[in-house]
Amino acid sequence: MKPFGYQRPTTTAEAVRLCAEGTGARFLGGGTNLVDLMKLGVEEPGLLIDVTKLPLDRVAPAPDGGLRIGATVRNSDLAAHPDVRRDYPVLTQALLAGASGQLRNTATTGGNLLQRTRCSYFQDVSKPCNKRLPGSGCPAREGSHRDLAILGHSAECVATNPSDMAVALAALDATVVLLGPEGERTVPVTEFHRLPGENPDQDTVIRPGELITEVVLPPPAPGTVSRYRKARDRASYAFALVSVAATLQVAGGRVERATLAFGGVAHRPWRARRAEAELLGAPATPAAFQHALIAELAEAQPLRDNAFKVDLVRRVAQDVLGELSDPHGPEAGPTI
Amino acid sequence: MSHAPQLTGAPVVRREARDKVTGTARYAAEHTPPGTLYAWPVPATIAAGRVTAVRAVDALAVPGVHTVLTHDNAPSLAEPDDPILAVLQSDRVPHHGWPIALVVADSPEAARTGAGRLLVEYESDEHDVTLTEDHPGLYTPEEANGGFPAVRRRGDFERSFAAAPVQVDATYRLLSLHNHPMEPHAATAWWEDGHLTVHDSSQGSNAVRKSLARVFDLDPAHITVVSEHVGGGFGSKGTTRPQAILAAMAARHTGHPVKLVFPRAQLAEVVGHRAPTIQRVRLGADLDGALQALSQEVVTQTSTIKEFVEQAAVPARTMYGSPDSTTTHRVTALDVPSPSWMRAPGEASGMYALESAMDELASALGMDPVELRLRNDPATEPDSDRPFSSRGLAACLREGAQRFGWHGRDPRPAARQEGRWLLGTGVASATYPVLVSRSSARAHAAADGTFRIEVNATDIGTGARTVLAQIAASALATDVESVDVRIGSTDLPTAPLAGGSSGTASWGWAVHKAATALAGHLADHRGLLPAEGFTATGDTEEETAAESPYARHAFGAHFAETAVDSVTGEVRVRRLLGVYAAGKILNDRTARSQFIGGMVMGIGMALTEGSAIDPVFGDFTAKDLAAYHVPVHADALDIQAHWIDEDDRHLNPMGSKGIGEIGIVGTAAAIGNAVRHATGARLRELPLTPDRLLPYLV
Repeated sequence: MKPFGYQRPTTTAEAVRLCAEGTGARFLGGGTNLVDLMKLGVEEPGLLIDVTKLPLDRVAPAPDGGLRIGATVRNSDLAAHPDVRRDYPVLTQALLAGASGQLRNTATTGGNLLQRTRCSYFQDVSKPCNKRLPGSGCPAREGSHRDLAILGHSAECVATNPSDMAVALAALDATVVLLGPEGERTVPVTEFHRLPGENPDQDTVIRPGELITEVVLPPPAPGTVSRYRKARDRASYAFALVSVAATLQVAGGRVERATLAFGGVAHRPWRARRAEAELLGAPATPAAFQHALIAELAEAQPLRDNAFKVDLVRRVAQDVLGELSDPHGPEAGPTI
Repeated sequence: MSHAPQLTGAPVVRREARDKVTGTARYAAEHTPPGTLYAWPVPATIAAGRVTAVRAVDALAVPGVHTVLTHDNAPSLAEPDDPILAVLQSDRVPHHGWPIALVVADSPEAARTGAGRLLVEYESDEHDVTLTEDHPGLYTPEEANGGFPAVRRRGDFERSFAAAPVQVDATYRLLSLHNHPMEPHAATAWWEDGHLTVHDSSQGSNAVRKSLARVFDLDPAHITVVSEHVGGGFGSKGTTRPQAILAAMAARHTGHPVKLVFPRAQLAEVVGHRAPTIQRVRLGADLDGALQALSQEVVTQTSTIKEFVEQAAVPARTMYGSPDSTTTHRVTALDVPSPSWMRAPGEASGMYALESAMDELASALGMDPVELRLRNDPATEPDSDRPFSSRGLAACLREGAQRFGWHGRDPRPAARQEGRWLLGTGVASATYPVLVSRSSARAHAAADGTFRIEVNATDIGTGARTVLAQIAASALATDVESVDVRIGSTDLPTAPLAGGSSGTASWGWAVHKAATALAGHLADHRGLLPAEGFTATGDTEEETAAESPYARHAFGAHFAETAVDSVTGEVRVRRLLGVYAAGKILNDRTARSQFIGGMVMGIGMALTEGSAIDPVFGDFTAKDLAAYHVPVHADALDIQAHWIDEDDRHLNPMGSKGIGEIGIVGTAAAIGNAVRHATGARLRELPLTPDRLLPYLV
């Protein structure tokens, strides 16, 4: 780990100014990913700007009936927030499906959105990786890629985004609020993370020096139910093989509204727009769900060792939609 | 042989438990003499070839970096007893992760930064890191690990198998497994007036001292190795590991104490691993389920610097009677890290295959798998024809079936569902040999009426101090609180390692002998004790050298209930129940903990653990505990360990068998068999992750 500067500003303006002035500055939230990457030599910031004393640690109602989540709200606190539990259960479920209790107590909302892929080549500085060192190559495409992408990958990168929370936020149509040297702007979560294309070093559309200040949830849609389901290699404390966040509104046996996002399958939370379009107005039946999901996954391009994910994400999504469309169905949860 | 009276197996709490949970127990890296420097090992990033240059200018420019040791400037060592210890002695790179340099600095941060600045140039050779069952390099070794013959044949297997009316012919595949103890391999070393002191994270400091004496050409009397507290080893600390050599080497070179902690990411490649195996098992039985032919053929890998052969076919020589039998091992040397001991080497992997095949045979016969095992319970050890000193397998199976609620089990596969979960149950047998080694111990009676026991035992988290106090207290007819136990240093009477489930038997025997002798002195003495007290010693050289006429093994039975998510293929072990016949249990609490620990490790073997080697880079792809999945609490639900009382007079004065390893042995097979019962899917490879189950789900 190379020596670095450390600042702990108390205003967002100061944080943005420090970032603009410092070379190789990084914002530090809970540090649950950044510090690991510094130890591995993947990240070598010259300056850490600790954002945890900024006044961004509140969850507050938005004027339109939505919810404003400060960027430094801890994952545990967000999951436990009564408004989130009541109005956005998919978000609570996603947060609680991630990491461990200790990590959730430390990890922040903004940091969670910025966590980096767990692709083993990215994390090993002795190996090529286009995300870490553009142009050096991608050994994962032919190497170890069981856990990597099946959708939207490129010749340069097959990494996946590891976040659970972001998948739920994508299904909820949340918005990210950014503050930079040129002022404030907002970006939908679904457009915040990029597909790798030819520039896999850029995970997101965030611009140099921009700070995430808030995540804003739109008002909960009346009559909508939501759920998060994650399949993984052990019962807890493992990244998703695949995950599904869904919101669904059914009336008269037909789908009035559906949002669907997949985790563990792409470089960003994968919003399943095609499936959503197929579902709109369709009967809320297993056959219709399956049809929509197959349409969505038609563009999947699995690698040698991860074709199982295509089947797995379809099965999980179909099951989640089935449960959400059945008002008397069993509750989701980790019980066995 | 005398027998310790009234050793009740009382659930005495571990003596150092409070020290551990309050952080006052010191581990190897928690000693920092004045002037300590920190060493960071630099692993090879090629799988085969040689180092052509190490450019250290940038590393040495890092503030705080003292020295960079490489094969060019490191102290020359005498040839070690284990080739993995010949570190920084030549330019050869035998596998990925082999230490090729050591950066020594004022702080661990500076050492790590320096390591990152080192420019290493290599000349790479082609490498081969992929084990296949028809690998051209396969050969039959002289011996498998443990000194067992690589090949044993009894009768004419092929003829008998061909004639058997019911046959099973199945091949099972296991990936590499990692020990990954919580405490990484670490050492702190310093030289003072020609005396070398090393605090090492080891399962046996005598062996470490021996290795150090050899490579540094020292009289062992000039070396002290301390392993006071050890945070797990699972076999990976049973032999001397490079951290002790490297720390001592750097300390000699710099004249400072040096501390070295192998980072987790490097650990898998330098501390050994359970080698992958490909095991073909063939069973031939008559229609009543009596085995007529049994064959287990093991293919495995070793490194190019050391032959280690996972003895996976060995337990089959003990388990079931069969007139005709073949058990073989073949191995190929690949450009991979050297495999070594991991909890129940041979038994864990071999019994997975054998006990899965027994389940397949039960299915083929339409016979209850408990009944099949009972029918093939031999009167004498099949391979040696020696009588068993005790063989409690049948009792374990019966008691386990009773406790688990096995009776009345519907044998049909894929016939039980509860909501989204497919339910099944499975059984497997377990075995582990009784091992014992020579040990010595000293027992002292102080004038104030207290006692002190000294023996270089190692407590790797098992409760060794506690059970040795119980053994001594029993022999001295006193209470355990009056007995101080000193272990974990080569300055104490010589004793063997904590390994092979033999620690308590080996150390305890010597402790019992010394304490019994001391009790004799005390009984003969009249009046007050002299101020210096009395001391007696015990050495079990004679007792342990004697070959037993008996086949001595612990046995067990594992029962598992699994639930398989019919949507995702995720497997949960709802219940896991083990019953063991392991001689006399000396401490209910610590014994249960060891059994359960082994069973949890078996859950990992069955469901979550398995390490692949990247064919391009030649390294294990899982570098940390986020990628190499050991079970977490949520994976370990209802786990029960029980035992049956055995009164076996052919073991040691305590009447004990080892218990540290048998818990893992049958667990993976029991879970795999339960998954088969739940889903109908007969998977012959582990771990049972969702991708493996999915193709079998509707």
